[in-house]
Amino acid sequence: MMQLTLEFGGGLELLCESKKIHNVNVEPQNGSDKLIMKDLLAWVRTNLIKERPEMFMKGDTVRPGVLVLVNDCDWELSGQLNTSLEDKDVVVFISTLHGG
Amino acid sequence: MESVAWDTDVSRILAELESLRDTKSVIEQRILALEAQLREINLRNEVSNCDSCSPTSVLDSNSPNGLSRDAIYRYSRQLLLPSFGVEGQANLLKSSILVVGAGGLGSPALLYLAASGVGRLGIVDHDLVELSNMHRQVIHTESYIGQPKVKSAAAACLKINSTVQIVEHKEALRASNALQILNQYDIIIDATDNAPSRYMISDSCVVLGKPLVSGAALGLEGQLTVYNYKGGPCYRCLFPTPPPTTACQRCADSGVLGVVPGVIGCLQALEAIKIASAVGESLSGRMLLFDALSARIRIVKIRGRSLQCEVCGENSTFTQQHFREFDYEKFTQTPLTVPPLKLNLLPVESRISSNQYSEIISKKEPHVLVDVRPSHHFKIVSLPKSLSIPLSTLEARLPEISSAIRKEEDDVEVASGSSVQLYVVCRRGNDSQLAVQYLQKMGFASAKDIIGGLESWSKDVDPNFATY
Repeated sequence: MMQLTLEFGGGLELLCESKKIHNVNVEPQNGSDKLIMKDLLAWVRTNLIKERPEMFMKGDTVRPGVLVLVNDCDWELSGQLNTSLEDKDVVVFISTLHGG
Repeated sequence: MESVAWDTDVSRILAELESLRDTKSVIEQRILALEAQLREINLRNEVSNCDSCSPTSVLDSNSPNGLSRDAIYRYSRQLLLPSFGVEGQANLLKSSILVVGAGGLGSPALLYLAASGVGRLGIVDHDLVELSNMHRQVIHTESYIGQPKVKSAAAACLKINSTVQIVEHKEALRASNALQILNQYDIIIDATDNAPSRYMISDSCVVLGKPLVSGAALGLEGQLTVYNYKGGPCYRCLFPTPPPTTACQRCADSGVLGVVPGVIGCLQALEAIKIASAVGESLSGRMLLFDALSARIRIVKIRGRSLQCEVCGENSTFTQQHFREFDYEKFTQTPLTVPPLKLNLLPVESRISSNQYSEIISKKEPHVLVDVRPSHHFKIVSLPKSLSIPLSTLEARLPEISSAIRKEEDDVEVASGSSVQLYVVCRRGNDSQLAVQYLQKMGFASAKDIIGGLESWSKDVDPNFATY
């Protein structure tokens, strides 16, 4: 079991019952001891997203306009879907805002 | 009779207001012209006689640090900062900054930029000041309602600091005029409120090689970063594909707490001042995320410039010509100046006007009115006897509609041959159509919506009915 903190912002929290911070335990997939972001996205979609999943994901990744941050760092810098997660990591999903 | 007298009163007041506003605008034009003349004369005197410094002069070539006596006193608290000092101030006074959008973000940004002593400050906005702007667009005052935001903002900036040169661009920024406007400035601040403008401003900053301070705010959250500066990414590096239009909410629909864009706008001014005066470390390559409700500010590391970026990447062929021809509205599927969405889903026989509904009430025709707006909207204002069933809960609450219709049948003597009608209303007449489509499918065949929603009720039937 891996203990993770997941945060949703910029309106994405509306997809998970308006709750922004989720402390969760996620089992690594397929008997492996490693959890990568691709697995986590699938887990989030199944377990946390309660409505309009298309506002969170497109294909097997997040929809355009969503930034993913692993431990306060853009997931583009850590390998995107292949980013390996470790116990106690903080993953933030944030939808970009346009208002002003 | 009373209502006729009341109408005459109102039209008399409106006419007088209009004529006063016209006079005011003529006087203001004259003041601006005279002020410009005065500046011109002072400037000429300064050139011919350098010993007597005019009060409006800021940079003084005779003074060892280039600052005039007045400028030294005005900016003394900034000059006293070792990390800013005379050099920082002198750089700022020589710089030019453009703020696109004089709204919730632009208001505080402009006030601080003018106060801090930016040499030349440009303002772009095509909009007029409205009462519903005042809670967050703090640069504007009530007396400017109905007037161009650019004019109101320029006047406010000059009241704080008459030595700053303010340039008014009273037009919407488009691909056809953006390069010409942005090119006149060193630093650009994106204080707009929509996706196509954000792509357009970022692209033009890349094409012109200008740093871009970008801020956004909605509800109780804000975001801030600096694009296209010191190896950092541009907006497209971060968001190569535009988001679906359903993910682009507007303050006019989703709401915004006034102080939230205020905080972000202040930080935008700060970042621009840092770049202009060449002090400190900019937010380039980092993004600030502000969550007002939980009082959290998070600064995260974002990707650098993407080599594959279509606009700023290594092999990009995006030129000024491409920019001018790029259709940003089509790219983001969002209009640049956002008119409210107007759906047209129902046949005419499934719709009634607000005037028709007003007749139904006065004739006491038996009916049920369902209001499908979210419940926090219903709490702001609603029509008498309307039943609040938000669209998102409609499916589960059909039995409530059936029983409301039965109750109406029992309460009112329904004339033979007629039946209790079902009407649906919302804010502007879009969600009500979706609701009627669904209701008709679920067996409420005669359901009809009120065209234009409560906004048209207020406009066409009852001007005292509050809009928001």
